[in-house]
Amino acid sequence: MTASTMPKTGTKTDWAPRPNPEFSLRIFGVTLAQFRRASIIVAVVVALLVPFAVEDFAVFQMTQLIYLSIAVLGLNLLTGFNGQFSLGHSAFMALGAYTAGIMMAQWEVAYYWTIVPAGLICFVAGFLFGLPALRLEGLYLALATFALAIAAPQLLKYKHFEHYTGGVQGLDLFKEDSPIAFLSTDQWWYYFCLFFGVLLIVAAWNLVRGRTGRAMIAIRDNPIAASTMGINTSVYKATTFGVSGLYCGVAGALSAIVVEFIAPESFTFIHAILLLIAMVIGGLASIPAAIIGGAFILYVPTFSEAVVDAFFGGDPSSKALVWVSFGVVMVVVVYLMPMGFAGFIRWNLRKLAR
Amino acid sequence: MEELIQQTLGGIATGAIYACIALAVVMIYQAIDHFNFAQGEMAMFSAFITWQLIDWGANYWVAFFVCIVISFIGGIAIERIVFAPLHNAPIFTHIVVFIALFQIFNAGAGFIWEFTIKEFPSPFPEKLPFDTVLIGPHELGMTLVTLIMLGLIFLFFRFTPIGLAMRAAAAAPESARLVGISVGWMLALGWGLAAAIGAVGGMMIAPVVYLEPNMMLGILLYGFAGAVVGGLTSPGGAVIGGFLMGVIEPLAGMVIGSELKLTVALVVIVTILIFKPSGLLGRVVVQRV
Repeated sequence: MTASTMPKTGTKTDWAPRPNPEFSLRIFGVTLAQFRRASIIVAVVVALLVPFAVEDFAVFQMTQLIYLSIAVLGLNLLTGFNGQFSLGHSAFMALGAYTAGIMMAQWEVAYYWTIVPAGLICFVAGFLFGLPALRLEGLYLALATFALAIAAPQLLKYKHFEHYTGGVQGLDLFKEDSPIAFLSTDQWWYYFCLFFGVLLIVAAWNLVRGRTGRAMIAIRDNPIAASTMGINTSVYKATTFGVSGLYCGVAGALSAIVVEFIAPESFTFIHAILLLIAMVIGGLASIPAAIIGGAFILYVPTFSEAVVDAFFGGDPSSKALVWVSFGVVMVVVVYLMPMGFAGFIRWNLRKLAR
Repeated sequence: MEELIQQTLGGIATGAIYACIALAVVMIYQAIDHFNFAQGEMAMFSAFITWQLIDWGANYWVAFFVCIVISFIGGIAIERIVFAPLHNAPIFTHIVVFIALFQIFNAGAGFIWEFTIKEFPSPFPEKLPFDTVLIGPHELGMTLVTLIMLGLIFLFFRFTPIGLAMRAAAAAPESARLVGISVGWMLALGWGLAAAIGAVGGMMIAPVVYLEPNMMLGILLYGFAGAVVGGLTSPGGAVIGGFLMGVIEPLAGMVIGSELKLTVALVVIVTILIFKPSGLLGRVVVQRV
């Protein structure tokens, strides 16, 4: 702050409300808020147009990116905004996927009717798991969800549920062709998922910047102070767990529909770790971070497996090197970029803006 | 009836392994107030080191003790390199780093030794000197080895100055520092010991579950369950809890079938954490506002 901008002490202007200095920051000639709005518009336009510009397989991958991002966003609402830890969100994805799968395969319900029930069931499951979680603070919750993630595949294989779940083999689903003539099947599924993705992102954005979001963040930052301020901590925590479950449930249902197949092995502890990696790399408490993290766990393994293959000549155990490096990357990120890539980008924008 | 006794004795033998893991988890929990989610994978990695030494032609017991030393040093190194700088970091950072370690050890073992299942030798004779159908020689052996180790650890903490210093550093770090105990190094020693205890557990269970990178996941979960049952603040409780879980596992298996083995652990963990978070022998922690 230069001397000229400094308010003169003792004058009336000392008490006049001053605009948040952040509002006057400019980047590339526009304010930060305008810049943010412009980038959202660009992102939406790109998301709408890109299926016509790339091959079908790339469209399929981007469809996967959408539902992975939804799941990561769900986890981020819980951890990033509410400060509860979960290592078991693969189990909620499994619940969503199996709800959709059983409805489609056993009861012949049309796919588009399965998303909402899957989300609701996962909301209830999350809420119920979140209720005892109130007594399980921080670390204990991580332990309970860790156990949940490890036990989940075994429950899905259990022989008394086999009639519904298809046991070890899982369920084969078949998806219908695109109902719109000028869209290919992959493009149709892309837009189908994109609809839910945008819906849930907007919902999350509204949730976290309103009254509810402030309460969630207050609980994260200081639960005792939050409850002193009159926030009903238990209701908020359990509900956040439910909402987070809902996001993962919808993501799971979309994955079941898009991949046309569900099996217990798709929802092991490794998948819970993947969601965690995505959240850490993307960045905590940030909505765009979910997309960055989702893209990381979708594209980077394939890419780096190709790199490792080039060095080790396709030996299957050498692929494990990729997962070793993921572990190393996680450690490096928490040391050097605790807010992940989203935080890194935000920090750089701040430096560019003046 | 005979089946019940057989199952119970077998349960006590696996319970010995759960007790090792539970004890290792509780030791680290005491030292830094965090769960070591990578404890099982560290033990698995140690078992692989022993397997490698034996494969190179070492005698079993030589490999056994060399592995314990390596694990001890490895544990200290992990604390010094990875966790000492995170000293005051938030819970989430710790969880992420533990999961990262899990990933590194799991995939690292797969990279070095491949994911194929390996036979792990048992150091104990094929036949017991007396006739019994109730317990196998390896099960009896691993129970004895674990009990001896637990006894030694008890003696170490109870009667040696370093053991006393370690307990002091865990119980009251600030006061311990004031009387000249190097708390940081005591934590590192605790890590080393935990890694060594886990390694013994890993080496003893490897002949039963066969050696492969994912062998410890279920065992770690039962170890956690044991620690929670016994009380996370009580090493003795964790050992008892581990043995209890070992007995519960086959008995629950007889009732509801062994396919839900891991779910049993989940139910035990959640139930105890909700209704009696201090476990059997733990102290009740009061939070001050």
